[in-house]
Amino acid sequence: MTKYTDHLGRPIVAVTGIGVVSSLGQGKEDNWAALTGGRSGIHDITRFPTEDLKTRIAGTVDFLEESTAGAVPLSEKLAALAAEEAIAQSGLPMDDFGGPLFLAAPPVELDWKSRFELDLTTVDEGGPGYELMLASCRKNPNQHFFNTTQFGYISERIADRFGTRGLPITLSTACASGATAIQLGVEAIRRGEADRVLSIGTDGSVSAESLIRFSLLSALSTQNDPAHKAAKPFSKDRDGFVMAEGAGALVMESLESALARGAKILGFLTGCGEKADDFHRTRSKPDGSPAIGAVQAALEDAGLTTGEIDYINAHGTSTPENDKMEYLALSTVFADRIGSIPTSSNKSMIGHTLTAAGAIEAAFSLLTIQTGTLPPTINHDNPDPTILLDVVPNVKREMQVSTVLSSSFGFGGQNTCLVMGAEPVL
Amino acid sequence: MQNNKVLITGIGIVSSLGEGIDAHWNALSVKPEPKLDTENFAPYTVHPLGEVDWNLQIPKRSDQRQMETWQRLGTYAAGLALQDAGIKEDEALCSTMDMVVAAGGGERDLTVDTLILGEGRTSNDRGVMLNQKLSTELRPTLFLAQLSNLLAGNISIVHKVTGSSRTFMGEESSGISAIETAAARIRSGQSTHMLVGSAYNTEHWDMLLGHELGGYLKSDGWAPLWQRQGSAGGGLVTGSGGAFLVLESAEHAAKRGARAYAEIEQITSGQIRRGRDDLKKAVQDMLEKAVDGDEAPFIVSGASGAHEPTTAEKAVLDALPGAAARGISGITGHLREAQFPLAVALAAVAVSKGEAFAPLEKSEKPLDKPVSAAIATTIGVTRAEGAARLVKV
Repeated sequence: MTKYTDHLGRPIVAVTGIGVVSSLGQGKEDNWAALTGGRSGIHDITRFPTEDLKTRIAGTVDFLEESTAGAVPLSEKLAALAAEEAIAQSGLPMDDFGGPLFLAAPPVELDWKSRFELDLTTVDEGGPGYELMLASCRKNPNQHFFNTTQFGYISERIADRFGTRGLPITLSTACASGATAIQLGVEAIRRGEADRVLSIGTDGSVSAESLIRFSLLSALSTQNDPAHKAAKPFSKDRDGFVMAEGAGALVMESLESALARGAKILGFLTGCGEKADDFHRTRSKPDGSPAIGAVQAALEDAGLTTGEIDYINAHGTSTPENDKMEYLALSTVFADRIGSIPTSSNKSMIGHTLTAAGAIEAAFSLLTIQTGTLPPTINHDNPDPTILLDVVPNVKREMQVSTVLSSSFGFGGQNTCLVMGAEPVL
Repeated sequence: MQNNKVLITGIGIVSSLGEGIDAHWNALSVKPEPKLDTENFAPYTVHPLGEVDWNLQIPKRSDQRQMETWQRLGTYAAGLALQDAGIKEDEALCSTMDMVVAAGGGERDLTVDTLILGEGRTSNDRGVMLNQKLSTELRPTLFLAQLSNLLAGNISIVHKVTGSSRTFMGEESSGISAIETAAARIRSGQSTHMLVGSAYNTEHWDMLLGHELGGYLKSDGWAPLWQRQGSAGGGLVTGSGGAFLVLESAEHAAKRGARAYAEIEQITSGQIRRGRDDLKKAVQDMLEKAVDGDEAPFIVSGASGAHEPTTAEKAVLDALPGAAARGISGITGHLREAQFPLAVALAAVAVSKGEAFAPLEKSEKPLDKPVSAAIATTIGVTRAEGAARLVKV
């Protein structure tokens, strides 16, 4: 008889649908071919002028009609494409999903195009400013502009389109958001609230203002030329992350419900762990204890020991700070074993997809388990001698793995780790 | 799976009525007068924050400097809740405490925005101008004061709440799902004690613009909440404030000898498709469930004042003959993300006192029986509906 509960007596969470969009392309097939082929999606920015900017490259998604329509239309489109692929694979009805939605979406504000447009309606009234813009809205409200400032708008549209149930949850835990969306879904299934959940991380928010904000915090790589060489996680000459866009979506179900409807199971979400950092708004506690705590919590939640993790899908942003801290955390938890666990960073190719990163990288982790191919860390020409990781340098590796740890860390002390496996932990 | 009782053991509130439970209870137990600012944002009226001594909950000036008012307000209210629960500065409890914060975004730099708009009127190449101005004029750390999840981040830094940290977004819905999720985690044993809440600073032009883009603000002065039909604008009068709760499993609370204000017996939430589905029916179904057969329920309504949802909620409340409803945003202003947390907090106080607070306007009925249960509602301006039923412990 099949056992439907895990080592802690909770419903086992199976993945039955995966969807991905990134600068490498639309869909799992294109993404996986590019990712395992070591191809970079980072390129010169063409969406807006880059004169006078220190960073002029990004992993934007430029191949969609919505790519120039603004952060909200693009983030919505990316989420919808990823969800559509995941739901199609799961075999569930496309317009009647029947479970809750957890959406990691970027915090958005009225974009500059709209601000200028709004200001234009006030030029006859006086000098520029908020009072006149408000007066203009008072006379002529603009529902489209309003929608682009509403954090609940994208999830409402996605919920409506795919027929998810209940009040959708939109969330942000900065660069760990995608992982948190998955964690919330796992928890809902474990509580018995839902037989199935749709978890999505999406981000289509690269704009001049968002790029400049990160740039002013010295977080971005300025090695613009050549663009595809800029993201070099765990390298000695790494100098920052590269902003990027995309979306990842998972359909997760209780094992019992998935088997009952004869669904094909793609893998299992076996553990989630998190720990907040109270040290600094952008920097991690020097001893790495929160990241260490998150990794340990994820392993414990999954019921696995450090000896049972076969591969690590690292956060690996390519910032001096993150990669150093991440190595400290991983080497502390996995001790002597760390050098022999392959640990690669997808961000070397797709850049840092911010809000979407945790979800996209979870999707890639599951594909790693399914295909037996480890995606490489590209641009690894000049290894950081203080980081003794097997980063699967530059070229993919064929190797069957049955358990993967995926880590996500973000500003504001966010640390979330996921464990995925080929088999449930009973 | 466990089925723990979920108790509210700490409350931290700040609004135009003042700060803390007593200030709010005292104001609400007599028919209160709203505190209004009719001048600074004219023609809009807002319920402004009173004088707050940030030092009391955010001792380090360096921390205060990293935040704008929205984050300070949330961090302050969170501190009040922790203090009220007897958890503040208890390292063992704070470092294992889980947190869900409902957040919008932080305040923009209006001077920089206005400068850029001005340049934009004459610039031949707005894109390049934007790059130059944003690169040179933006204060680098302002980004962190604007990021949604940095309210939670600041609470971790200032109050050392580090078990976990999650930020929900989506206007009123974020406040509803934050409390619903926190309660569900405790009920099921996924967490033992949680900090949940939100803050909203309305005294900033760009925050008002966020509402008025859709034409939702009332522009002809304050009026009693349930009597805004036909007034100029969309009906919303907003307020600044913050509301945080400490939730605990009954077992966890008992073990440390904590007193509880109320038990969260149930939370119902939903999101109908406005304009297609019947909002009145949705509110009615939700309230019926929350009322749970009580013939004279006490209802702390988070009705925003926005015409359509407020009319729908009023129609449902009017059809409950014994119900005594209190539309709190008539007195505090609408607190958007913090609206549901505020409604739940005030409902919990009423349950713990065993009495309803006074009618807030003449259309509201007095309630002369002791209160052993209270319902808190919030119907979002454009989406999301939620109700909680709190009962005496």
